[in-house]
Amino acid sequence: MRQTRSFRSLVDMPFFLPTVTFALVVILWQLAADIFAIPSFILPSPTRILGGFEQIDLARWTDHVWATLRIALIGYLLSIAISLPIAIMLVRSKLLSRAFYPILVVIQSMPVVAIAPIMIVVLGSEDAPRIVITCLITFFPLVVSTATGLMATPEELIELSKSLKAPAWREITQIRLPYAVPYIFSALKISITLAVIGAVVAEFVAAEKGIGYFIQFSTSFFKLPEAWAGLVILVIMSLLLFQAVAVIQRVLFPWSLPKEGR
Amino acid sequence: MNPKMKIAAANSAIAPPALSFKGLGQVYQTGSGPLEALRGVEFSVDRHQFVAVLGPSGCGKSTLLRLIAGLLKPSSGRVEAFGHPITEPRDDIGIVFQNPTLLPWASVEDNVVFPVKHKTGRVSREDRERARNLLDKVGLTGFEKRLPAELSGGMQQRVGIARALHMNPDILLMDEPFSALDALTREEMGFELLRIWEAQPKTVLFITHSISEAVLLADRVLVMSGSPGWVIEDISIEIPRPRGIETSSSAEMQDYAGHLRKLLLKRPETQL
Repeated sequence: MRQTRSFRSLVDMPFFLPTVTFALVVILWQLAADIFAIPSFILPSPTRILGGFEQIDLARWTDHVWATLRIALIGYLLSIAISLPIAIMLVRSKLLSRAFYPILVVIQSMPVVAIAPIMIVVLGSEDAPRIVITCLITFFPLVVSTATGLMATPEELIELSKSLKAPAWREITQIRLPYAVPYIFSALKISITLAVIGAVVAEFVAAEKGIGYFIQFSTSFFKLPEAWAGLVILVIMSLLLFQAVAVIQRVLFPWSLPKEGR
Repeated sequence: MNPKMKIAAANSAIAPPALSFKGLGQVYQTGSGPLEALRGVEFSVDRHQFVAVLGPSGCGKSTLLRLIAGLLKPSSGRVEAFGHPITEPRDDIGIVFQNPTLLPWASVEDNVVFPVKHKTGRVSREDRERARNLLDKVGLTGFEKRLPAELSGGMQQRVGIARALHMNPDILLMDEPFSALDALTREEMGFELLRIWEAQPKTVLFITHSISEAVLLADRVLVMSGSPGWVIEDISIEIPRPRGIETSSSAEMQDYAGHLRKLLLKRPETQL
């Protein structure tokens, strides 16, 4: 009886089941690769991928990680700086909303992978095109979510603001924007992982550094374990960035989380 | 006639009424044609009088409130406060909404000082002092630093009332303020409101669809019918104050309630 209860509490721990599942997948993967002798350029086993990490020294890994991380973060922050004012503008003015919203949708409909080579030609092979590409992929969810959040303010509070004859900008800063915080953060979480994708796509097209560049370089020499190692790093990077955004929300805006998430 | 009403009557002889409506009509332009919300609304409210507006949903009660708040312009007729037509929101009118609609990120105290902060951009130490006094008055001492989500519905509405009182308005508009609360809390809040009002008299326009609440609280009950909304009856409630729990079960109270109920049920269009 006691044993089953302690097993239950173990199962109820938030990280227990995913960890077990993940470990099982890795073990099966390893066994399959060993038993069927799958060549490493098709599917390297987990131990081979670990070996791939060792092929490259730490200084070069940090170099690549930093190159990708830097572009992803700059593009992400720039995207936030652009999309919040755009969202406010769309909410403030029906006219601007009607004029610009279709254009935003058109921009969003352009596959980033297809724009990337064009951007590189137009903007050169430095940081600029990579940052622009990262912005392009991240700003749409931010604009749409923020605008939705700004509109989700209870009508009574807007009436209260009007009945106080407060300046319109204060209605935005003191009522609408804080009300949009939960919406903004759900978009920030989506966009941070998109930012990593944007940075990697840009590196695929033209770069001499970065994890994206490294993966492409490794595959062209059939060094699949190294490429897989790069992929693992990208996944970890995305997960950590996602968690960082979640932590920022929990620390700065605890009221914006659903009750059980506090 | 109780002393308070005598004062009110004396006031009206020398000063203009706190609120007056003259041939007030409101027509909304909707997608499916014009919608007449109010027609020929005509009454006035004396200073420090507690007036309940009773009527079924859709009789234009909320429209009436928004016209007084200066959030809407009347299509015809006039709304006046202290003899001046209301053309824009006035500083001396406070509103309590049906839902407390507090700011979820701001503490109880910050919510009470919010109107000042929102209007002027700054909050003085006196503003905070006054907020704490008001919170004490509505029975929320010790909750100043809590977030709204940590309070019950009744407590949240107390904050809503404190917020409306903070700018010290002469006129308090209340839009079915207790309708989201359970029956017991609702009655308790009613008595609480009377206590506050008796200690610090204000002109109150209290919108409700509860007959007993209207009779229990008000000096006067205006019965509205829709649609378009107009005032079908104007009844003085001559039950002595202070009123308390024993009032709610008194014979007088039952008489008034019975009369109002008959009045409302007689008209099929006023079904509550």
